[in-house]
Amino acid sequence: MKQIPAPLLTLILGVVVTLISLWYGQNNHLLPVQASEQAPLVDGFFNAMATIAMALFIVVEGAIIYALLRFRRPKGDDTDGLPIEGNLPLEAFWTAIPAVIVVGLGLYSVVVFQEMGGFSPGGHHGNGTLVAQAPQKSVVDIGSALLAEGENGGIYTKIPVYGFGASPLEEGNNPDLTVNVTGMQYAWIFRYPDSGITDGELHVPVGEDVQLMIEAQDVIHSFWVPQFRLKQDAIPGETTELRFVATKEGTYPVVCTELCGAYHGAMRTQVIVHSPEDYAAWVESRVAQATSGAETVAYLPQQRTDADYLAAYTQDLSLAPEQITQLAEHHMVH
Amino acid sequence: MAQADVSMGAGSVGHAHPDKWKWYDYFTFNVDHKVIGIQYLVTSFIFYLIGGFMAVLMRTELSTANSDFLNPDLYNAFLTNHGTIMIFLWIVPAAIGGFGNYLIPLMIGARDMAFPKLNALAFWLNPPAGALLLGSFFFGGAQAGWTSYPPLSLITANAAQTMWILAIVLVGTSSILGSVNFLVTIWKMRVPSMNWDQIPLFCWAMVATSILALFSTPVLAAGLILLLFDINFGTSFFRPDAGGNVVVYQHLFWFYSHPAVYLMILPIFGIMSEVIPVHARKPIFGYKAIAYSSLTICIVGLFVWVHHMFTSGTPPWMRIFFTISTLIVAVPTGIKIFSWVATLWGGKIRFTSAMLFAVGLLAMFVFGGLSGVTLGTAPFDIHVHDTYYVVGHFHYVLFGGSVFGIYAAVYHWFPKMTGRMLNEKLGQLHFALTFVGTILTFTPMHELGMQGMPRRVAMYDPQFEALNQLVTVGAYILAVSVVPFYLNVIWSWSKGKQAGPNPWDAKTLEWTTASPPIIENWEILPVVTHGPYEYGFDPKDVVPDQPSQESMVPK
Repeated sequence: MKQIPAPLLTLILGVVVTLISLWYGQNNHLLPVQASEQAPLVDGFFNAMATIAMALFIVVEGAIIYALLRFRRPKGDDTDGLPIEGNLPLEAFWTAIPAVIVVGLGLYSVVVFQEMGGFSPGGHHGNGTLVAQAPQKSVVDIGSALLAEGENGGIYTKIPVYGFGASPLEEGNNPDLTVNVTGMQYAWIFRYPDSGITDGELHVPVGEDVQLMIEAQDVIHSFWVPQFRLKQDAIPGETTELRFVATKEGTYPVVCTELCGAYHGAMRTQVIVHSPEDYAAWVESRVAQATSGAETVAYLPQQRTDADYLAAYTQDLSLAPEQITQLAEHHMVH
Repeated sequence: MAQADVSMGAGSVGHAHPDKWKWYDYFTFNVDHKVIGIQYLVTSFIFYLIGGFMAVLMRTELSTANSDFLNPDLYNAFLTNHGTIMIFLWIVPAAIGGFGNYLIPLMIGARDMAFPKLNALAFWLNPPAGALLLGSFFFGGAQAGWTSYPPLSLITANAAQTMWILAIVLVGTSSILGSVNFLVTIWKMRVPSMNWDQIPLFCWAMVATSILALFSTPVLAAGLILLLFDINFGTSFFRPDAGGNVVVYQHLFWFYSHPAVYLMILPIFGIMSEVIPVHARKPIFGYKAIAYSSLTICIVGLFVWVHHMFTSGTPPWMRIFFTISTLIVAVPTGIKIFSWVATLWGGKIRFTSAMLFAVGLLAMFVFGGLSGVTLGTAPFDIHVHDTYYVVGHFHYVLFGGSVFGIYAAVYHWFPKMTGRMLNEKLGQLHFALTFVGTILTFTPMHELGMQGMPRRVAMYDPQFEALNQLVTVGAYILAVSVVPFYLNVIWSWSKGKQAGPNPWDAKTLEWTTASPPIIENWEILPVVTHGPYEYGFDPKDVVPDQPSQESMVPK
């Protein structure tokens, strides 16, 4: 076989590119563990895009490399190339193909977005008042002025709420658990209005429909759990919603992704996804602490100094703890 | 500035100016578009080094997971000013101000821009803007990111933030003045014999760029002035505790700042369409498709800004609308990429340094474009928004795209600007280092972001350390890569080989005059007898551009 016929060669190349792309789409391992109902949806969507992108990447980069090797000027040849100024069918082809791909991706993204609950945030208009109804003992000192305003029908009763609401399956149902989340420089505070618990870490039961009502106290923060594939900004003056079902027990990072000041990178905590029994036990122990008094106070943010917040990071920083406190105060004061 | 001794007197035009500019003319309020172009370029190449220095310091900080090298406030000041300088004082002034001003009159056969004094004014707004940004470091430096979202920007380093706003308003004003000038010049000042389909594609790209800048820049200026009032005069446009709304700022900001990424790439697309045909010795493939796709990007680009706000206070319909509008941008961009590949196909490619950077850009932009499509979709963007995935993506298109394009343009037009050739060996070394450095620096960032590393942090999870160190090595290679380039430019400017009027044997009008061109560009304006990319046609059919008596009088 001296030469493979061109159509056969194209076919073989096409099959090879398709196989590589399909393999890459499923085996890129670029995304972390999936721990929410939304995660497989996002990953499926990404993998589809990765498959298409890989195929286009190989074809276009291949064409570039081939052209550069095949059409380099022979030594001593000072003539010009072929005077081809265009080819309408070819141009129509490479306009149509990307157009079809992006329309397809656009429609697919709408479907995924709906499955994720992207069309139903703010479905329960009473959400805003949940914040105001939160038991008084969990009210953060610095935020109390804002909260008072909320009780008088101020900023927190504003509708609509943006973010991610109920998935189509849960549409119309009340969430199993609502947690009020407050972002502040440089910590997250989680308050459970049903049980009165306040914590610096988010504890949720696996398999239950959890609704986070997110707000910010000072500047914009953004609540991200990479393993959930979900992110929502915490916006001062506005409550946003993030509703999810955790599907895998474990401990995952909660990362702030909106630049919020000098220690933005240190604004991290974790979400602990419990088994239902462990979660019940956790709630019980926390409520018991609350009734005994002493322990809960230690969790109240106003009792904690900036140094406490930053304690976890001070050893990593070149600054002395006092300096950090000073810096942090400097920011708080404004 | 050394001028090549090409002795073509300019006296015949009869204006009161010297035969040649002296070196000190480049430091004055000079109205010659070529002087202004070089002023823009030199200034922007100085700020490129400053912005790059900040990047190197940040990458040094990020070579370990802990915050142990820079004070965190200073780190934020560097990340804010790195972004600001690279956008507003490097890519925009180099691509638009520098090459736009230098090339447009030469490409369309004009003696200068339509409004020369306005042009000089537009340039001279830039050095004070740069001084304000650098001076702001005496007040802590603006630390709220180049996006400067309130309320953070309202409560952090007020004096420095105010200086930052003033700096952006200055360069924004400069951009508006420049845009008016480009549009009027291309519309009205073409040599009479040039038809619309004989305008070089760089000029088409500059038309699209200028329209975009005119529509979007005033909106940014408005937003920033409101921010300035909030900071200094007690207003509360963006103060949530006093009735303001922080999301409104994001709309005002991104209404400009998304088009700004097209401001930074459309002129580069124009440069690509000039450089590739010359060095591939082949006509551009699909002239009209490329020209119209620039205009399409310009129009669609005005309606995609909310894809920066998918995780913000954004209603569901907006997330969907802007996903789809963003995806549509891929179509005209794809047309350009495919047209350039088709231009290479069947050519006689000369691997000059200019061509190396042009095809390097092509290779990089395919990657950056594809990652951009993934980012544009709301479901995936929710996950990677404000992570290193975004940092990787936009550096692929801004460094792998715009900066590669500026380099290609310098290698291509330096002989025209100075009359001297750049050294090709140093050019190849520069390209090799830049290419490897770009891939090493910006590719791992995508994985970092998807795995969980947010952007704009001085400290991060230790599991990301290995990839970050790879990125830092890449950044150091990029830092080293500029050394052969700057040495090459400085040395070749006075000592390089004489270029002659048309060293690349190119067909556009700027190559019909001396290198460097005389003060009013031509003694006698050229007559256009063929398209700008007519390579490979039978020489008997193509009449070269000729001087003609009838067009002696400037329009």
